[in-house]
Amino acid sequence: MVSTKPQVGLFVTCLVDVIRPEVGFATVQLLEAAGCRVEVPAHQTCCGQPASSAGDRQQAAAVAREVIRSFESFDYVVGPSGSCLSILARHYPLLLSDDPEWWERARSLARRTWELTRFLDEVAPPEGLNPAYPGIATYHDSCSGLRELGIREQPRRLLGQVQGLELRDMEARDVCCGFGGTFCVSYPEISARMVDDKVASILATGADTVLGGDLGCLMNIAGRLRRRGEPLRVFHVAEVLAGRAQGVGLAGALEETAV
Amino acid sequence: MTAPNATAAHPRRFRLQAREALQDEHLRQALDRARDGFVAKRAHAVAGRPDFEALTAAAAQIKDGALERMEDHLQRFESHVTARGGYVHHAVDAQAARQAVLEICRSREARRVTKGKSMVGEEVGLNQALEGAGLEVTETDLGEYIIQLAGEAPSHIIAPAVHKTREQISALFAQHHGTPPRGEVAELVNEARSVLRERYLQADVGITGANFLVAETGTTVLVTNEGNGDLTASLPKVHVVIAGIDKVVPTFRETCTLLRVLARSATGQELTSYTSFFTGPAAEADGEGPTEYHVILVDNGRRAIRDSEFRPMLRCIRCGACMNHCPVYATVGGHAYGWVYPGPMGSVLTPLMLGLDQAPDLPRACTLNGRCGSVCPVQIPLPDLLRRLRERQYEGGVVSARYRWGTRLWGAVARRPWLYRPLSSLGARLLGWAGGTRGRVRRLPGAGGWVAARDLPTPTRGGTFIARWQRGERP
Repeated sequence: MVSTKPQVGLFVTCLVDVIRPEVGFATVQLLEAAGCRVEVPAHQTCCGQPASSAGDRQQAAAVAREVIRSFESFDYVVGPSGSCLSILARHYPLLLSDDPEWWERARSLARRTWELTRFLDEVAPPEGLNPAYPGIATYHDSCSGLRELGIREQPRRLLGQVQGLELRDMEARDVCCGFGGTFCVSYPEISARMVDDKVASILATGADTVLGGDLGCLMNIAGRLRRRGEPLRVFHVAEVLAGRAQGVGLAGALEETAV
Repeated sequence: MTAPNATAAHPRRFRLQAREALQDEHLRQALDRARDGFVAKRAHAVAGRPDFEALTAAAAQIKDGALERMEDHLQRFESHVTARGGYVHHAVDAQAARQAVLEICRSREARRVTKGKSMVGEEVGLNQALEGAGLEVTETDLGEYIIQLAGEAPSHIIAPAVHKTREQISALFAQHHGTPPRGEVAELVNEARSVLRERYLQADVGITGANFLVAETGTTVLVTNEGNGDLTASLPKVHVVIAGIDKVVPTFRETCTLLRVLARSATGQELTSYTSFFTGPAAEADGEGPTEYHVILVDNGRRAIRDSEFRPMLRCIRCGACMNHCPVYATVGGHAYGWVYPGPMGSVLTPLMLGLDQAPDLPRACTLNGRCGSVCPVQIPLPDLLRRLRERQYEGGVVSARYRWGTRLWGAVARRPWLYRPLSSLGARLLGWAGGTRGRVRRLPGAGGWVAARDLPTPTRGGTFIARWQRGERP
């Protein structure tokens, strides 16, 4: 029986790897509850986005080839980020388009690449976890997932099954939070104004929790909330779906007082 | 009136201009109001047209076809204009365009000129040239008139004075017209209208832009909401149309599709209040109207763009939806971009027209969030074009050596897991240590941009995910 389980290679993403490993474990738990066999290729580093966004096509393509080598043996590549997985699914074929062999390998990988919530919603739903989360949450749609991978209702459908959780959509929910990878450090004043606008939309919902599918955006939002002294909890959607959302999440500063 | 139309703004100074804009409270108010209005109106108009997506695909195809056979269409356009007694002038660059208009004005011994709103006119610096030659120029579009009084450049391609609040406009009118300050928009509009009526009647030459050039009949199409274009075009004895060569469309039928997506995307209207068609000078049967009709066809770098990988940018029909939906434009406004075309379309066009090294920040001052591309009525892949420009900058040495070495070093590490693993673990440990027991960092060398406005959530204890996984930890 074991051999018929889909083999999933977890693309954990560099931010989850370093900043919030809990999201990685939550993702593994969800994929296993969805009947998958999960492997974590130890050779993975990053999707290459810092180089591709910077315009360094050569470095980005070199990283892309490494990722393809590490992951092409799996039935599926799944990861907890719309932004990174969109790089694999949409940008690798473009980056490698001038090399027919690598272009084909990139396209083959792209067809098997899934962002986590879309995979759980459309391919393999998790069973038996019965998560609960007491609170009112608003969901931040990250731009790459939303516009490049069509992720919008999938996480909301999954969160709809979480006991005790009420979801409230914010105004202007399709507007960028101002993270943008290196953008937030290259143009800090513009980015700060953008995240302030986002925080205003979040606060207007009256939610006590912010959820999202991309750690970059969540770090940006959590960091700004914390600096402004707002006591909201911030989690990756995977942590809530796996029933592992403890404490205040990324909003670490209030950990001592809130738990 | 000789208000200078230029400011010292330049795309090279984007960072400084953006910083100044962020501190301008009037601008903040004006931009917030405009953004909410534009976004809601477009959304409403698109919702009322369930086939809108298909329309934009058709519009994109029409523009691609038109660009593919641009030279044929332009020839056809010219032969029809000429056959009806009009003149066509070919301007290879901005200088030639200015020269062509000045020659026409000189030959008619013109002293007063009225102008409809024209972005290509701004692009070639027409007003400065005309005023420099001693002509009295009056902008007749209300927004353009306002910024002409203020001595400013447009900050938006369809709403040139969008950066101004009503209070600022009221004060400006009081100062220039010697009238009492007005509280209501309608009063301001009436005041401008009464001033402008005189100018229309006095003008020797009327200059308008064009939204489309219809090849099959030699017709120039102009859309406005104020009717100023019609008066500018028909009251003076000479009508001059200035247009980019990318505006040519084969037929009326195709023009209609473009009009449908243009008005909905720009102002949320099904059609603008006025859609005017000009085909040559007034015929004898018309009784009145201009006796001379000129069309200036401006290249100014467009053929080079057409023949490059950036050709899709020439599909642009100047609706402004990309900037209306751009969160960066919404925070800094149009002047920060430093030239005629702001927002996402400007961030592509400006470096292509002025040179990559003249606008190093524009393709980069963008989060690649993609909202611009998703609302474009001719499906221009704006984020992809911005990415390609970043690559061109990189290849062309426009980015600093420090930056290039930064990404190269990053790439060298990211390609080598044996090097990346210990470094990422070390990074996690250092960040965790910097965060102490509070789980956040407020000061961090090298990440000043981040911690200026945000705390940095720090790693949880216990090492990286991969390290913990390899130690056998499981959920």
